[in-house]
Amino acid sequence: MAEDIKLMKGNEAIAHAAIRYGCDGYFGYPITPQSEIMETLMEVAPWETTGMVVLQAESEVAAINMVYGGAGCGKAVMTSSSSPGVSLKQEGISYLAGAELPALIVNVMRGGPGLGTIQPSQADYFQTVKGGGHGDYKLIALAPSSVQEMADFVKLGFDLAFKYNNPAIILADGIVGQMMEKVVLPEQQPRRTEEEVRKQCPWASLGKTSERKRNVITSLELDSAAMERNNIRFQAKYREIEENEVRYEEINCDGADYLLIAFGSSARICQKTIEIAAQEGVKLGLLRPITLWPFPTKEIKHRGNFVKGILVMELNAGQMVEDVRLAIEGAVPVEHYGRLGGIVPDPSEVWDAMKQKLNINICNKQIHNVPELETISEESMQEVISNLNKMTP
Amino acid sequence: MDIKDIIKPENLVYAKPRLMNDNPMHYCPGCSHGVVHKLAAEVIDEMGMEDKTIGVAPVGCAVFAYNYIDIDWQEAAHGRAPAIATAIKRLNPDKMVFTYQGDGDLAAIGTAETIHACNRGENIVIIFINNGIYGMTGGQMAPTTLEGMKTATCPHGRSTELYGYPLKISDLIAQLDGACYVTRQSVQTAAAVKKAKKALRKAFENSMAKKGTSVVEIVSSCNTGWKMNPVAANQWMAEHMFAKYPLGDLKDI
Ligand SMILES: Cc1ncc(C[n+]2csc(CCOP(=O)(O)OP(=O)(O)O)c2C)c(N)n1
Ligand SMILES: [Mg+2]
Repeated sequence: MAEDIKLMKGNEAIAHAAIRYGCDGYFGYPITPQSEIMETLMEVAPWETTGMVVLQAESEVAAINMVYGGAGCGKAVMTSSSSPGVSLKQEGISYLAGAELPALIVNVMRGGPGLGTIQPSQADYFQTVKGGGHGDYKLIALAPSSVQEMADFVKLGFDLAFKYNNPAIILADGIVGQMMEKVVLPEQQPRRTEEEVRKQCPWASLGKTSERKRNVITSLELDSAAMERNNIRFQAKYREIEENEVRYEEINCDGADYLLIAFGSSARICQKTIEIAAQEGVKLGLLRPITLWPFPTKEIKHRGNFVKGILVMELNAGQMVEDVRLAIEGAVPVEHYGRLGGIVPDPSEVWDAMKQKLNINICNKQIHNVPELETISEESMQEVISNLNKMTP
Repeated sequence: MDIKDIIKPENLVYAKPRLMNDNPMHYCPGCSHGVVHKLAAEVIDEMGMEDKTIGVAPVGCAVFAYNYIDIDWQEAAHGRAPAIATAIKRLNPDKMVFTYQGDGDLAAIGTAETIHACNRGENIVIIFINNGIYGMTGGQMAPTTLEGMKTATCPHGRSTELYGYPLKISDLIAQLDGACYVTRQSVQTAAAVKKAKKALRKAFENSMAKKGTSVVEIVSSCNTGWKMNPVAANQWMAEHMFAKYPLGDLKDI
């Protein structure tokens, strides 16, 4: 069968991928720059085909609790929002983690703090990987850098969430949400029957049958000793995820003089920076964490042995750079370059910052060949930004 | 007659509902929660819906409701039970879904979730325990606290000037097109218990008949929070709470 290639926005790809995954329910509240996710779902009306429930909730708080209710029944349910809305979801996310429920959350980040801007940002890295809500918990965090990955990570996110009974989050930004690219959507998977759900999730609250005791979905445990045991169990699960689920991409890293580390749309910008640096005879590698948690700590540490310095580029004031420094443990200089408030740097600006911050002197201009990469074109970036400028918060 | 004769099935006049388990209740003596749990358990059993019912417990004194009624449960974040129940019911239309919430949970922190679930006409039952106080956290002011009533956070009595008025949220809900049945009941006498049970049965039946949202408010006493003995608390409730929150159906379509 010929591959079914479509051209669409990252947000639309998430919606189509969710339907095709066999997602049971989506619950959301509109917010730019991700409203196309719910709009696409409402337009396609999957309740008429797969039976998927799509509901516009009264708030992000209600939406994440609807996700809790659905997840507690073992259903594959999801929500999406952007930064201010995801802040509102944090209590619910903590409850999902505490009750060990699988669920998928999408954050298409915009610039903050506060109501901020609707232009792209990556300033919710800390919120995503360091907790966000209360208590010692972790979210499996996936950072897509293309429309294809927006689609692919729906399945990956759900699969990991169900494998570990833990919420997963797709941490995207306004650029990947809004830009149009080619995408191959997955085949339609059927939704699971109740029997299948009961088998896969014997803990689900689907009604007590004579074969089992009642199921209670809760994060409450007033006995401290028992609560500590719960926490120890969570931590053991998190160590297992760290052991098994690290994902990252390396471009041009072998033999590189310096290393760029960036996630999501920043990584796409940095791909172009590699080309620019090559023109000046410097070989740059790019390491792109795909899972922000579990973080590719070991892999970054390993790469640190072979380069003279590292620049972490993020659309924030310096968040992931802290995890990179923890990985590198001072072995080589680690610098940060970021733009804030919705400004997206151009690739040459990143290279200029890198030269300055890492004291890179260009003496022998020897042009390197670089692999052909799918960077984001200047025009499509301009289009994303001007489209967003027409939207309202 | 020794005890063995007394417990012969033919001599049995009353028994613990089959769906109430043996876990010792944490409720204070005199509290209404236990009676309402019993009624819910009886109705679910009598309808033969034990294997199809999912309860959503609140944050409040009834947080441990899931320890007592032998069905599947979900424990909600404070105030969010109607959102959780919405999803459970929409994803499993053949199930019977109810929330069990206090007045702080339902009419303060969870007002938005309550109003919108009712306004969407979710086919769920909301059991609403209005005891005029935050029982669980030690007797602070609730949105339903009566004017002049003393609580830990209004020790000089609720002043409407400072804190507004007792919130008659069931009256508000009755205005919503999605709500099909809104009733206010109590459980302090045998007759009241009987009526409350009938109301619960009707509410649960409505939910399975897809008629919309049914809300059964139970005006309750909290003798510990009110700092009274159980008998005095029930008297005070009949005198003061029923005056502000009159019993009876607010809506039945
Ligand atoms: C987000 C959040 N805020 C506050 C609390 C603390 N808290 C627990 S129960 C409760 C009040 C419960 O009162 P009500 O709903 O009237 O139930 P009752 O105990 O009276 O039955 C509060 C404020 C909490 N658990 N979570
Ligand atoms: Mg109360």
